Amino acid sequence: MSSNFRSWPMTLLLGFLSLPIIVMMVYLFVDTVTDTTAGSLIPDRFTLEHWRFLFDAPQAGRSNIWSVTLNTFIFACSTSAIVVMTSLTSGYALSRLNMPYRRLLLGGVLTLHAFPTVTLIISIFLMLQMTGLYNSLLGVILVKTALELPLGIWVMKGFYDTVPWEIEMAGLTDGASRFTVWRRLVLPQVHPGLAALGLFSFLAAWSEYILPQVLAPDGASQVLATYLQNLIKDDRAPDFNMFKSVGLFYAMPVMIIYLIFNQKLMNIYGGGTKG
Amino acid sequence: MRILLDQFTKTFGATTVIDKMSLDIESGEMLALLGPSGCGKSTTLFAICGIHRMNGGRLLFGERDVTHLPSQMRNVGVVFQNYALYPHMNAFDNIAFPLMIRKMAKPEIERKVLAIAELVHIEGLLKRKPAQLSGGQQQRVALARALVREPDILLLDEPLANLDAKLRLEMRSEIRRIQQETGISAVLVTHDQVEAMSMADRIAIMDQGQIVQLAAPKDMYDEPVTDFVASFLGNPPIAFLQGTVEGKTIRLENSDIVLPLDAQAAKQGNGTPIRIGVRPEHFQPEHPVKISGKISFIEEQGREELFDVTLSNGMRLRSVQANGGAFRLGDEVSWGLAADKVLTFDPSGRRI
Ligand SMILES: Nc1ncnc2c1ncn2[C@@H]1O[C@H](COP(=O)(O)OP(=O)(O)OP(=O)(O)O)[C@@H](O)[C@H]1O
Ligand SMILES: [Mg+2]
Repeated sequence: MSSNFRSWPMTLLLGFLSLPIIVMMVYLFVDTVTDTTAGSLIPDRFTLEHWRFLFDAPQAGRSNIWSVTLNTFIFACSTSAIVVMTSLTSGYALSRLNMPYRRLLLGGVLTLHAFPTVTLIISIFLMLQMTGLYNSLLGVILVKTALELPLGIWVMKGFYDTVPWEIEMAGLTDGASRFTVWRRLVLPQVHPGLAALGLFSFLAAWSEYILPQVLAPDGASQVLATYLQNLIKDDRAPDFNMFKSVGLFYAMPVMIIYLIFNQKLMNIYGGGTKG
Repeated sequence: MRILLDQFTKTFGATTVIDKMSLDIESGEMLALLGPSGCGKSTTLFAICGIHRMNGGRLLFGERDVTHLPSQMRNVGVVFQNYALYPHMNAFDNIAFPLMIRKMAKPEIERKVLAIAELVHIEGLLKRKPAQLSGGQQQRVALARALVREPDILLLDEPLANLDAKLRLEMRSEIRRIQQETGISAVLVTHDQVEAMSMADRIAIMDQGQIVQLAAPKDMYDEPVTDFVASFLGNPPIAFLQGTVEGKTIRLENSDIVLPLDAQAAKQGNGTPIRIGVRPEHFQPEHPVKISGKISFIEEQGREELFDVTLSNGMRLRSVQANGGAFRLGDEVSWGLAADKVLTFDPSGRRI
């Protein structure tokens, strides 16, 4: 920001506009460590009992929070890993190789991306049932990966497109094989895209709710999103403070990732930085 | 090493870019491929280094037929127009890359890289990334990378196009020095005739996928085979005058100006349309065959002055003279041609 542009009026305005969201976030946090009388805004007392779900044995019919967290991690990490590896290779192919039906493939990939998940959910449900993957984490991973892939492939293709042809030609005339050229010369130039895509697909899987809810509703393959929903599903007197605590617990990794990697996440919108 | 391109043909889809072109590059010579944009210079270069597959013809490195060998196995060094340095590696690693691919031992690599860095004068810059180098320095790194594995041939695709004028002058002689010191055969692609004339042993002028003439710079300048070649070489360029043969003279179009023709050209029958080409240094006040006109343009070039002289029929002649003639814009002058230096061309552009 330049010196002839005073920043404080802008800051003030943005701060004011963000106030409702900030208030919500503050209360989300405050409520997880206090008790408040219904209808009041001021907390009565400090307590950690809303966080007891982390340590107590689960109630009957509920899963252990740690195994659910582990499931979520497995779900998010595998999705991210598969999306990254597939986009990395197919993005290159679509960007550089002179293959038949390339335009058709590109168009097809884009069309796939345009379908909202919900419109596909019934057919996916049927397919998983037929293949025996219904109610398993593997099934959800595969479906989520498939839905994330189109974007990933396009993003990586975009990054590959910014790498000059001549670098690859130089590599070939220097004696390197196509594969070596890709690994040693091209890959290092798309790694910002790689990191951003990995994070994005991790976050997308981490916050996925519909797919696990519909395709793997049972306890063993539960993830945090469905666990959260289960908390308030059948209770006559839902414990909203615990619900908020679990919510905060669920959101924590996301916030940490954003704090650490926000620079890398910006890259995906910038479409490739050199260096 | 001698490089022979024999009946080389290249097509992209349905369009034939180069049709049955033959080119012989002698061992240790620098050959310039000169031609206008889009004439197929880069295409020829890419065929020699194996990036483009040839659609017909043969390519020999020495006695070895490499027509169907992939790029990796040809041992060519290429300097690309934008240098194509690997941005994530420093200069040392860039130069070492071809050797690393060859799995050469570390100390050996180090020795070779340092030696070549010394040759191109970049010893002090080896730790820098390409982005931290100036255009000329990047150029030297690219040259070093192309030369480090002692290729059979060095290919340069418009190596000076991205440099400023002063650096271009410097790199011109640098590249020539390095090529002569290493004794490597080289092909220089350029569309700058000055570059080709000053750097190459021989020039191949290309037009629309054909080699029009292949000769040493001086021969080509003095004895161009077509008007295309004549107009391509020389700065300021040659001026052409249209006319028809009348006995042993040519009468310029729409005028009563007649100029003598040499015996060869005069053999054309009366009334044959022909063109004569006059280089600026052959149109001077002191030359014998006078022709009058009006100075319509003056360009001051420091050491020299460039004049455009418009004749009574609107045609224009150019003259380059050392400073101090005290001619003004609009002056009526009567300057002379060096008749024996005038070039004549038939209607199809061929030299008579
Ligand atoms: N991949 C391609 N597909 C189709 N046509 C091509 C391709 N590459 C080059 N051409 C055509 O081949 C012709 C020669 O191209 P080339 O790049 O060899 O020209 P050039 O002499 O190097 O020109 P410049 O001085 O502009 O670099 C041009 O008409 C160009 O349009
Ligand atoms: Mg070119």
